[in-house]
Amino acid sequence: MLLRMRGIVKSYDGVRALRGVSFDLAAGEVHALVGENGAGKSTLVKAITGAVVPDAGEILLDGRPVALPDPTTARSLGIRAVYQQPALFPDLSVAENIALGLGAGRAFRRVRWRALRERARALLARAGADIDPEAEVRRLSMPEQQLVEIARAIGAGARILVLDEPTASLGGREVERLFGVIRELRAGGTGIVYISHRLEELPEVADRVTALRDGELVATHPMQAVSRADLIRMMVGRDVSAVFPKRPMEPGPTRLAVRGLTREADGIRDVSFDVRRGEILGLAGLVGAGRTETARLIFGLAPCDRGVIELDGRPITIRSPADAVAAGIAYVPEDRRRHGVIPEMSVADNTTLAVLRRVAAHGWLDRRREDALAEAYVERLGVKTPSVAAPVGSLSGGNQQKVALARWLATDPKVLVLDEPTQGIDVGAKAEIHRLMGDLAARGLAIVMISSELPEILGMSDRIAVMHAGRVAAVVDRAGATQESLLALALGEAAPAPTGGGP
Amino acid sequence: MIGRLAGIRHLREWSVALVLAALLAALAFLAPAFFRADYLRGLLVAKASVLIVALGMTLVIVARQIDISVGSQFSVCGVIAGLLSTAGLPMGLVALGTVAAGAAMGATNGLLVAGLGLPSIVVTLATMTILREALRWLREGQFVLGLPDDFQWFGLGQLAGQWTVILAAAAFFLAAAWGLRHLGAGRAVYAVGSDAEAARLAGLRPRFVVFLVFLAMGAVTGLASLLSAIQFGVVDPNSGAGLELQVIAAAVVGGTAISGGRGTPMGTLLGVALLGTIGPALVFLDAAPEWEKAIQGLFILAAVAVDALAWRKR
Repeated sequence: MLLRMRGIVKSYDGVRALRGVSFDLAAGEVHALVGENGAGKSTLVKAITGAVVPDAGEILLDGRPVALPDPTTARSLGIRAVYQQPALFPDLSVAENIALGLGAGRAFRRVRWRALRERARALLARAGADIDPEAEVRRLSMPEQQLVEIARAIGAGARILVLDEPTASLGGREVERLFGVIRELRAGGTGIVYISHRLEELPEVADRVTALRDGELVATHPMQAVSRADLIRMMVGRDVSAVFPKRPMEPGPTRLAVRGLTREADGIRDVSFDVRRGEILGLAGLVGAGRTETARLIFGLAPCDRGVIELDGRPITIRSPADAVAAGIAYVPEDRRRHGVIPEMSVADNTTLAVLRRVAAHGWLDRRREDALAEAYVERLGVKTPSVAAPVGSLSGGNQQKVALARWLATDPKVLVLDEPTQGIDVGAKAEIHRLMGDLAARGLAIVMISSELPEILGMSDRIAVMHAGRVAAVVDRAGATQESLLALALGEAAPAPTGGGP
Repeated sequence: MIGRLAGIRHLREWSVALVLAALLAALAFLAPAFFRADYLRGLLVAKASVLIVALGMTLVIVARQIDISVGSQFSVCGVIAGLLSTAGLPMGLVALGTVAAGAAMGATNGLLVAGLGLPSIVVTLATMTILREALRWLREGQFVLGLPDDFQWFGLGQLAGQWTVILAAAAFFLAAAWGLRHLGAGRAVYAVGSDAEAARLAGLRPRFVVFLVFLAMGAVTGLASLLSAIQFGVVDPNSGAGLELQVIAAAVVGGTAISGGRGTPMGTLLGVALLGTIGPALVFLDAAPEWEKAIQGLFILAAVAVDALAWRKR
């Protein structure tokens, strides 16, 4: 066995994050790690990479006990991790980033640039990435940055590779490419720890799966032996039907209409769709299809070259987010960790940030009114927080997302644009957010939901607009849509023939 | 009741207060003469304008900006107050003109920083130099002399004048403390300083907020300069030299984070008090007063080190 961990215990400030977890990894194996947020996945991974030192338990590498007091030691033993948020130097080139990650360049030795670039090019090719080694990292998209990190890990000759939510920001084609890389690494004898909330992709890559719950090991099984439903039950002890609540369709008059929205700089061309009151419009497509860019145009975060946005039949002008908020449009961005909430500020302050004028009593803020408002939303959305005065940064991802949502619900919006509302959050919180979206739509809100998860799109949307290369390829009803048909549209193929048809 | 983070913020304020209390206790024990009413009153008057500018600087730093041109602005405003007064304007208009001049200088910084998106340290380094050199060229280092009688202490007697300055500073402190906490505008400054993009996504206007913060900084500097100028019979054209470092130091010692989003007027008040007491304390304790600046420097290092250690512990 390449790696064996026994009885790992780790506490933070008296809170037990791991309660005696055992985990092992064979060479040439992909071992998936699943669990809700806070189940202990990241702590276990940190124990592997030397980022935290367990309070108790032992770690054996090739059967020999090792101490992993810091990340440097772990790296020297061939342990590498690629996290959900790439940790690259944005101002340096791809080749420089790869070289630095390989520990190249002693302080006073001349840097052999040409060799570095060639090395980088070869590694990127192995990672299946078509990226210029001289490109500045800040100009790369998130998936591209992740591929650079993987190339770096390959270059370091990693024996143990931890991939933390590697597909969270990838579209279908990029995921396929990544899986190809993973299979190649596995064939070469690398042991891979694979963390993902996208349970449907696990059978494609994983050999075994381990579920954690509340810092304890639930079970380890061969991947073929468990179904998705089994996995979800292992994680939450909850039935699958709770994940995507069904919602009866309540059609109303058109609330938001987008006509011919175009912004050449983002490659957005002639995007049109409308959303009715009480409707959820799913915005599907691959990464780079222009979904987030479209949302940013609607919210006034970027100016559009052409196009009209109508609210309740009247054209409105949106030049800034402040205009959008005033018009009744709310936008919960994709990257909540960075901009959805302000982590240093409290739950209450985050909740009232977009409605400061409304919580002001006589021109000044009324703390009691703010707290009351925040408490109402904490209650309604089921935010798990010690109090509304706790900083949002101390909450789990799902709860942060609920606070981001609370801020916008407090503005009493007419249109709610949600960009990947459940990305990277645990199954339980996901189901709660879905239920909440259903409730909001039932109250007459028009919701635009961007999602890269087709089951989520199919489960939640009344209608689905599929984007491809900056355009709306088609708008389809949920009833007639399947994962295959949506994927085909997103890939830019013509609408597929109905089942049973074709040559 | 208060979050962990807020707890740490108060930890800093308490620790500064503790050091200050220790210093005052040592003075009470070793040099009770320090506590003579007229001496203390003089010290408060001397620090009143520093406090006001430091509070403005707190706002600027909380918004994740910096303004190193306040010293030059302070000098310019003082000279303008003197010149307006010698031109025969009534004191009310002199005060208004001085604050307006400061606001105009602050607005210029604000336009360059918020409007053009230039880094504030570069912009204010440039305006600091331009204002200082322009003043040197105009005044050639000359004091403003021949001020009318009602200029010094607003025409009040020395004692009443001193109390006016002290109370003005106290009122300003209370207004700042209350406003940052209870006005939407104050909350917006913290939000913008924590994460400008998140604030923009929440419908705030970060650039406008930054512009207003610089404008306020200028106006506040004008007010402070006026309260300083009226203490003397002449106006020194270099009255603000080095002020920018004093006030930044006070804010930092008081717990304002250079990375933005954190800081309170209370902390800054304590910072001004601590740094302002060191010099007199050295004199009263018969220690070498030339070490004042070095000790202030040590306090700055200690303050940020305590902060870093407190954060690491979490």
